Amino acid sequence: MSKEKLSREAIAMRIAKEFFDGAVVNLGIGIPTLCSSFVPEGMDVTYHTENGALGFGRVVTQEDMDKYADIDLTNAGGQYVYPKPGMSFFSHADSFAMIRGGRVDISVLGVLEVNDKGDLANWMFPGRGVGNIGGGMDLAFCAKRIIGATEHVTKDNKFKIVKNCSIPLTAPHCMDMLVTDIAVIKFTPKGLVLQEIAPGWTPAEVQELTEPKLIVPADLKEIELL
Amino acid sequence: MAINKIFASYKDAVADVKDGSVIFIGNFAGPGGTPFYLIKALRDQGAKNLTIVANTAGGIGLTLDYDDHRILFQNHQVTKVIASFPFSTSPKRPSDAEKQIVAGEVELEMVPQGTLAERIRAGGAGIAAFYTPTGPGTVIEEGKERRYFNGRPHLLEYGLRADFALVRAWKADTKGNLIFRGTQRQFNPMMAMGADITVAEVDEIVEPGEINPNCVVVSSIYVKRIVKVSENPGFPRHLETDFQVKGELE
Repeated sequence: MSKEKLSREAIAMRIAKEFFDGAVVNLGIGIPTLCSSFVPEGMDVTYHTENGALGFGRVVTQEDMDKYADIDLTNAGGQYVYPKPGMSFFSHADSFAMIRGGRVDISVLGVLEVNDKGDLANWMFPGRGVGNIGGGMDLAFCAKRIIGATEHVTKDNKFKIVKNCSIPLTAPHCMDMLVTDIAVIKFTPKGLVLQEIAPGWTPAEVQELTEPKLIVPADLKEIELL
Repeated sequence: MAINKIFASYKDAVADVKDGSVIFIGNFAGPGGTPFYLIKALRDQGAKNLTIVANTAGGIGLTLDYDDHRILFQNHQVTKVIASFPFSTSPKRPSDAEKQIVAGEVELEMVPQGTLAERIRAGGAGIAAFYTPTGPGTVIEEGKERRYFNGRPHLLEYGLRADFALVRAWKADTKGNLIFRGTQRQFNPMMAMGADITVAEVDEIVEPGEINPNCVVVSSIYVKRIVKVSENPGFPRHLETDFQVKGELE
């Protein structure tokens, strides 16, 4: 009875539907980076990266590596990106001034654990006792809207959506939305609202993989990618 | 008489680093903007008990594997590191810093990246401390003053200064004005401002007047020493372009 789950690309596609014309978006490493491939043609989204660039292009394709790969033009994951007309460069101090100053509309972050209060934990490597806070904490505290991108449960089927986070927090009460491989969940003052569900799944099945109680609204929809 | 800031060798440029110094090192996730050759010279120079302030603790290997300030840890020259991203992302390849931090040989102060950048900026700008909204309610708050502004909690963070800054830039003029190429800039400008002695490793040194004064990023007064890179480290780079493009490439 293994049901179909959304691929990493499909999660990214669903998140990209949240972007809008004029949005300034910061994408974390992993699934979040994939979102840039699914922005509708003609939509004007400006990407921000911690290491001091705004308005750069996509990740350089394998065929273009010889011509465009350049260590002086990368995203926060160290990937090469294309130059684009209208982009700008700035220092790290300016880059985080933009984040703290409320200029980043959407930050898409990876997730290790979230709880129903909207606390996010994503920086400590599980089982290793160490981790990297990096730029994620500033983003989680200060970007206008935080969207989490993750598989619904861990590889060994443990809860990632928990009652109490067991690892150190990135930021308390920061989450707005979570897109997993089986559900879209909204964080509200009343708790977690199951807004959308993957095709073929029932709310009870999603609840089984979610530790805190999910609120199931009357207008629950199937996840649509396009 | 004009002061000569041009140093013939990396070795000469770091010869007077003393044991116990605080060192800023320009660095982010990849090799861009990292002063490799000054770092190697500091390794060879051998100063001990250093406090390193950099985004990483070296050797994180996100996309490329290369020698950055990890060699200072390999050579056991570091007793403290202040960084936002100190550990390798691969559990199979823990960095030298990670091993030494876990073993208690090196003290780690982990700082959120934006707070790190602002602490360095503040140090250079004569600001002793500032309140930031990043960190309340997390491990970062431990031992810090919390204060509310407009109902929102903030933490008191202190400015950081260094004895030396090792920075990477694209071009310098002989007076010390610096410009940067693309995302090479990252922490380098604030680090240049916040150290007693800033040493810049650059691709090109030009005469005064050749850098457009409208485009100078770091003003000459912050830079004491300049060394030109003549080696080719072999990373992908196209120095014939400055990333100014007209029309879409994709």
